[in-house]
Amino acid sequence: MALQSLDILRLSATTTPPPGVREPAAGDVAKLIDVTKCIGCKACQTACMEWNDLRDEIGFNVGVYDNPLDLTEHSWTVMRFAEYENPDGNLEWLIRKDGCMHCAEPGCLKACPAPGAIVQYTNGIVDFHEENCIGCGYCITGCPFNIPRLSKTDHRVYKCTLCSDRVAVGQEPACVKTCPTGAIVFGTKDDMKHHAEERIVDLKERGFQNAGLYDPAGVGGTHVMYVLHHADRPSLYHGLPDNPRISPMVQVWKGIAKPIALAGMALAAIGAFFHYVRNGPNVVTAEDEAAARDEARRIRGEPEERDDGTR
Amino acid sequence: MERDEPKLIERYTPNERTNHWITAICFVLLALSGLAMFHPAMSPLYAVLGGGQWTRILHPFIGVVMFISFLILVLRFWHHNYLDRDDVQWLRQIDDVLANREDRLPEVGRYNGGQKLLFFVMVICLVLLLLSGIVIWRRYFSMYFPIGLIRLAAVVHAATAAVLIIGIIFHVYAGLWVKGSVGAMLRGTVTWGWAKKHHARWFRESIK
Repeated sequence: MALQSLDILRLSATTTPPPGVREPAAGDVAKLIDVTKCIGCKACQTACMEWNDLRDEIGFNVGVYDNPLDLTEHSWTVMRFAEYENPDGNLEWLIRKDGCMHCAEPGCLKACPAPGAIVQYTNGIVDFHEENCIGCGYCITGCPFNIPRLSKTDHRVYKCTLCSDRVAVGQEPACVKTCPTGAIVFGTKDDMKHHAEERIVDLKERGFQNAGLYDPAGVGGTHVMYVLHHADRPSLYHGLPDNPRISPMVQVWKGIAKPIALAGMALAAIGAFFHYVRNGPNVVTAEDEAAARDEARRIRGEPEERDDGTR
Repeated sequence: MERDEPKLIERYTPNERTNHWITAICFVLLALSGLAMFHPAMSPLYAVLGGGQWTRILHPFIGVVMFISFLILVLRFWHHNYLDRDDVQWLRQIDDVLANREDRLPEVGRYNGGQKLLFFVMVICLVLLLLSGIVIWRRYFSMYFPIGLIRLAAVVHAATAAVLIIGIIFHVYAGLWVKGSVGAMLRGTVTWGWAKKHHARWFRESIK
């Protein structure tokens, strides 16, 4: 959502620097989701609905705890429940709060063709400005995490804003405020990394040898991070990408293809213009017409016309 | 016979001309609106179709109209565009072509080697544009395709469109450079002199 802002780091489909004079003195922000502390109560989903005034359609239970079953334009965060049988034969219930990861290198923003429809603030939050959205869905094509959802009603995309409106006035996101176990915390990215380190030490002491922080380098790091018990296998957590990055296809499409294509078109047009300037038009002369008439007569076997200027 | 009024041959029928210009108008709208979405430097072109949302709505539908119109055009002209040995020789002598030294070139039929080559480049482009365009048409079709294919289609659509636009720049320029060509597509006729100079074999067949 849009706020009058002087703290924009990147603006979609814009080639000049956006207004970015204001930077957070304490550094960029991050939300840390400690999956190992999550009890799957969905209070965060409710808080998200309340703060953002969103009410999804009431659906049907399909036999799993995930409710709603997927992210939608009305559900910007969803608890994903995964059942994992570990090598010891014990069941682990891995519950992950899914939603926008607020990448430092956002694939959505790279793919977006609408000027100013996606912004990245200097504090790291990636936000959609739906009033500028054209509804093409390129952000969905660009996103490595499959997050943006296109509304079939107003044809604009929606996702977690990291409560940019709350953060802008010094408050934590609604999900953080409501989490009853303290599984979701919010602060500067440095502080959150530090906090995660302490949690990881604790988890390793409790036997989770591969506990670690999910802050994937392939997208430049994220401003929503996870503490995972099995950081070596993120995909256990309902398909969290092991090595997320902007697809090479999207890199080509939104990178090198743009200058090459425009240069090709410009060269063709300029080349054509200067060909005309140097070689001139290819004109049919009166002699060409006369020669054509002569040939036509020969072919048709008509008599020669006297060419003495008389008619 | 009035000597200073050159005789005319019909090169394009009214139906062929209508067919061509429907395709051409669609192409111009598509190229401009597509460039708006392709590169931020071109984003003022969103205004052509009335803004971003309207561009997103209209561009694919105009694309379908262009494809159908172009398909009919292809069916009309396909048999005129088989490349032969003379066309290869014509293409080899492209420097003579560009220098207006047509007397040194092999005789040309209804279309020259360049026109035939461009014809098939356009055929390939239009097929690729239709297929990739359907995959990235988010409103009706994208949900039926895996994300990897959608990403590939986005690249293919942009790259193919760039090739087509460059091809059409040459096509339009050739029409402006070789005087009398635009008239052929607007009014349908060319003079005998034009036909003999640029398409001698077609001229002889036509005046029999």
